[in-house]
Amino acid sequence: MTAFWALLARELRLAARHGGDTAGALLFFFVAGALFPLAIGPAPETLARLAPGIVWVCALLAALLPLDRLFGADFEDGSLDQLLLSGLPGSVVAFGKAAAHWLLTGVPLLLAAGPLAVMLRLPTAALPALLGGLALGTACLSLLGTACAAIVLGARRGGVLLPVLVLPLTTPVLIFGAAAADGAASGLPVRGELMLLGAYLAACLPLCPVAAGAALRAACE
Amino acid sequence: MRLIAEAISTFRGDRLVLDRISLYVPAGGALLLLGPNGAGKSTLLRALAGLGRVDAGRISFDGSDELAGKIAYLGHLDGIKPGLSAAENLAFAARVAGRDPASALDALGLSRLAGLPARMLSAGQKRRLALARLVVSGAPLWLLDEPTLGVDAASVAAFGAQLAAHRAGGGVVVAATHLPLPLPDAAELRLGAP
Repeated sequence: MTAFWALLARELRLAARHGGDTAGALLFFFVAGALFPLAIGPAPETLARLAPGIVWVCALLAALLPLDRLFGADFEDGSLDQLLLSGLPGSVVAFGKAAAHWLLTGVPLLLAAGPLAVMLRLPTAALPALLGGLALGTACLSLLGTACAAIVLGARRGGVLLPVLVLPLTTPVLIFGAAAADGAASGLPVRGELMLLGAYLAACLPLCPVAAGAALRAACE
Repeated sequence: MRLIAEAISTFRGDRLVLDRISLYVPAGGALLLLGPNGAGKSTLLRALAGLGRVDAGRISFDGSDELAGKIAYLGHLDGIKPGLSAAENLAFAARVAGRDPASALDALGLSRLAGLPARMLSAGQKRRLALARLVVSGAPLWLLDEPTLGVDAASVAAFGAQLAAHRAGGGVVVAATHLPLPLPDAAELRLGAP
């Protein structure tokens, strides 16, 4: 258990030293979101209608950005070998990485999603549903992304392969997440969508670290 | 605490890299892997560490097949995070192993560099830091791949003292090297040319 916390603390410390990575994903999220009013026009009712989808798609894409360095740096400097030999199971190493990704990308995106949604004229009544969905959805993304990042580790052009692998797996998250925010904007109950997101997270929580752990072992062979 | 490997064979693609290698190292013993480049020294070390694939054969240490957490491995890569200071790198290794890092820095003459980010260290200093991590790990089985590459004579001597202390405590060392290592009365295993 100490080893797991040590790993998490190391990830956070490294991220603090290289703050650009976290800031990069966040800036991408804002810039990509800000392009939509320019492309489709500033009419408030059009924007409000599209806002949940825009926020969700931008969050998905922004969360992808740090993924190829998630294991890449450790793989290249030999730290991954050391982690796998430390006695921690591969799946626990992967879970630590996923937790760090969520804290460093998911949580900042969650904080930035509110301002972006307001900028896009999303009705205030829909904000809790949007943020609640994103809280569950970004955690799913971190877990799925970690598993896929471990699978493409060591592959040539892994960075290109990664989005192709992750994005199809995140479609349920996108569908239910955007539907929840959409429904809340039109005054519909959102409990069902959020519970489905929670169910997806509950499935990802045990499966993704196990898959990632096996993939890490294979990558080091 | 003895290391036994029986008839280890490993393929890379369809080429047989290790052909039924068997070895035995008693507690406190040391084994040098010798042989030309490409003979499979690194492959054998990674196989022993459980990082590489073993297509046939059996490895046991201390009477058990479960080697997780008992191994300190030093490969060609140092495994040092350039963004962390020397002390933080060791402290992480120590916390993962549940041990105290302070003594190791002194032992390899690194205490003056402790606060420096590891990316500022020279290649030899990074290697010394990686050697210090072996001590910190407290693992009974050390697997070393060219451990003293780029390390100065004084530090090699200091490392020799660490190796002696490790072996006196019943630890086992297996090292692949082309350079002379301070490992008195180590057995030798010569791997054939590819």
